Order: sequence, then structure tokens, then C-alpha cells
Amino acid sequence: MSNLKTFTNGFFKENPVFILLLGLCPTLGVTTSAINGLGMGLATTFVLLMSNIVVSLVKNAIPAKVRIPSFIVIIASFVTIVQMVMEAYMPSLFEALGLFIPLIVVNCLVLGRAEAFASKNSFGKSVLDGLGMGLGFSFALTILGGVREILGSGSIFDMKFIEGDGMLVFVLSPGAFIALGYLIVLINKINKKAA
Amino acid sequence: MEYVLIIISAIFVNNIVLAKFLGICPFLGVSNKVETSIGMTGAVTFVMVIATIVTYLLQKYILDAFEIQFMQTITFIIVIASLVQMVEIILKKVSPSLYQALGIFLPLITTNCAVLGVAILTIQNEFNLMEGVVYAIANSIGFGLALIVFAGLREHMELMNVPKAMKGVPIAFIIAGMLAMAFMGFTGIA
Repeated sequence: MSNLKTFTNGFFKENPVFILLLGLCPTLGVTTSAINGLGMGLATTFVLLMSNIVVSLVKNAIPAKVRIPSFIVIIASFVTIVQMVMEAYMPSLFEALGLFIPLIVVNCLVLGRAEAFASKNSFGKSVLDGLGMGLGFSFALTILGGVREILGSGSIFDMKFIEGDGMLVFVLSPGAFIALGYLIVLINKINKKAA
Repeated sequence: MEYVLIIISAIFVNNIVLAKFLGICPFLGVSNKVETSIGMTGAVTFVMVIATIVTYLLQKYILDAFEIQFMQTITFIIVIASLVQMVEIILKKVSPSLYQALGIFLPLITTNCAVLGVAILTIQNEFNLMEGVVYAIANSIGFGLALIVFAGLREHMELMNVPKAMKGVPIAFIIAGMLAMAFMGFTGIA
């Protein structure tokens, strides 16, 4: 696969949220607003990128039998770094994302890419894949967050454009499921047209 | 009384899947059949309860005692991963039939956000060990409830006339949203 393809893969063709259906817990849990979605997406991108880098560099040193626990430890270390940096420098985002920050470590996307890609590909390709998938993930989360924010609170990126509240159900849990369902239909249609 | 509150809250009001969004991957992945849902629930219950106990003790006697709380994420996930591995090995020896029945679900539980989520939440809610165990059991029941009801709904959907673009995952999400809406009806209870 060419380098450009490896990178753009994560946006539409193999978008982790809409197509691969990985990392759904944070997707539904934090997308109450666009900025939360974007924040979570970027935090996950950092972890994904760093763990892809480390895994692709040490892949030959890890015996096959313990590779999953080793990947998990590598990922957990970067998640801890993200946790501490966020708590110190972005306290409001840290509060908003709450429990889902440590849960990045069990995000099937991160472990999945380490296992399926970084452990079998070169450093360069793993960087591109990590960036592509991570940004695709952030893209999906921001869009879902944006839709839910516009419909549910009548604002976008915390700038309100209507008085009062919108359709509150969208910032609550049912709205997450429903909005994501319709978004998947949309993405499938876009993919079909492009194919 | 406290325990009843914990149980009702965990199963209905703050259902781990429908309100807290933990455990969505297995929720979507294995809920196309009722039997697989039951199997998954059993496996999750087993791991969740033991994991909560072990991580609680870990937090209390090591992380808090030595003031290294920032190690929580790393230590908890290592504990859970090792537990799942151990459970697999023990189950293979002690009850091969149960091991076969659970099949692929057991290793998948390591990446189940529900297990790590409940472990962290038990600490955050400042439960004691007994309350933590009750919380873990109640959450597994809530997980199972959501999973099995959803599986039933999905099995039924297979027989319905769904528009082509929405077949499979999209309609499953929308149904899940309606299920979540139904569970919101419990909000006033606790």
C-alpha cells in the first residue's frame, strides 16, 4: 500500500469508528460536544502514534507469547503520560472526559493497530498508520460531537446560536446511539459513491 | 439499605452499557444471538468480580500506601490482563466444558472497558470491599440485562423489513438508542 494510502485509509475507507467499529466506548461516551470529541480524539491519536512507534521499533525483541501483555504495558505508559499532562494543563477537558481517559488503554483501536499493523510493519509505515487512524478517529469523534452539540445544545464549539436548549435527547445517552447510527449510514453511502 | 441502592442504581439507573457507555464493543459484537450474550455475561461477571476485588486490594495496600496513585492505569490493566490469562488456564484444567462454552470470549474480556471501568469506578465511588463486590456483581447483571435484551431485539430485527442502507450495524445502533431511552425511564428511582 502506498504511503499516502496508508495515511488516508483511516479517514474514510477504514475509519476506525464508522467502518471498523473499534473504540466505540469513548465515541459514545464523550461526544456530548465537538470540543470534547476533538480533545478525546487527539489524546487517543497521541497514544496510538506513540505506541505504534514503540511497538514497531521493539517488535523483534518481544517474544510472540507475551506480545499482547507487552503492548498493553507500552500503551498504558503513554496513557498515564496523557492523563498527567491533561490533568495539569487542560483541567476542564480532563474533567469533561473523566473516566474515558484511562480507558484509552483498553480502546480496541490502539491495541488492535499495535497487533495488526505496528508489529508487522516498518517504523515509517507505522507512524503513518498511527497518524491516519488517530486523525480519522478524531475526525469521527468531532463530527459526532458536532452533530450532537448542534442538535442537542444549539451550539458548536461552545458558541451558541439559539436561545435555550435544543433537543436534549442528543446530548444524553440515547442520542449518542441514534446519531452514530445515522452517521454510519451516511458514511456507508459516501463510501459506496466513492468506490 | 445502601446495598439495595447500589444494586438498583448499577442495574437500572446507571446501566453500565446504556448509560455509562462501557462495554459497547462486546455489546455490539456478540449480541446478535441470545446464547452468545449469555455466555459473554457469564465470563464478564466472573472476571469483573475477581478483578474488582484484586484491584481494590491493590489500590488500598500498595498504591495508596506508597502514594503512587498515578500508577493506577498501568497496574490495573496488568492485573486484569493477568487475571484473564489465569482464569483461562484454571478453567481449562478445572472445567473444560465451561472453558469450551465461553470460547473466544474469555481473552476478549481484557479489552472490555467495562471491567477496567468498574474497577476504577469502585475506587472513585469510595466503596469499601464489600460494597465494591456488590457493585461489581450488580454491574455484571446490568451488563447481562442490556446484552440479552438487545440480543433478543436484534434476533427479531433479522426478520423485519429494514431499509438496505440501514441493515446490520446502523439499525442496531438506533435500536440501542431506543433501549437507552427506555432505561432512562428508571432515572427517578435512585
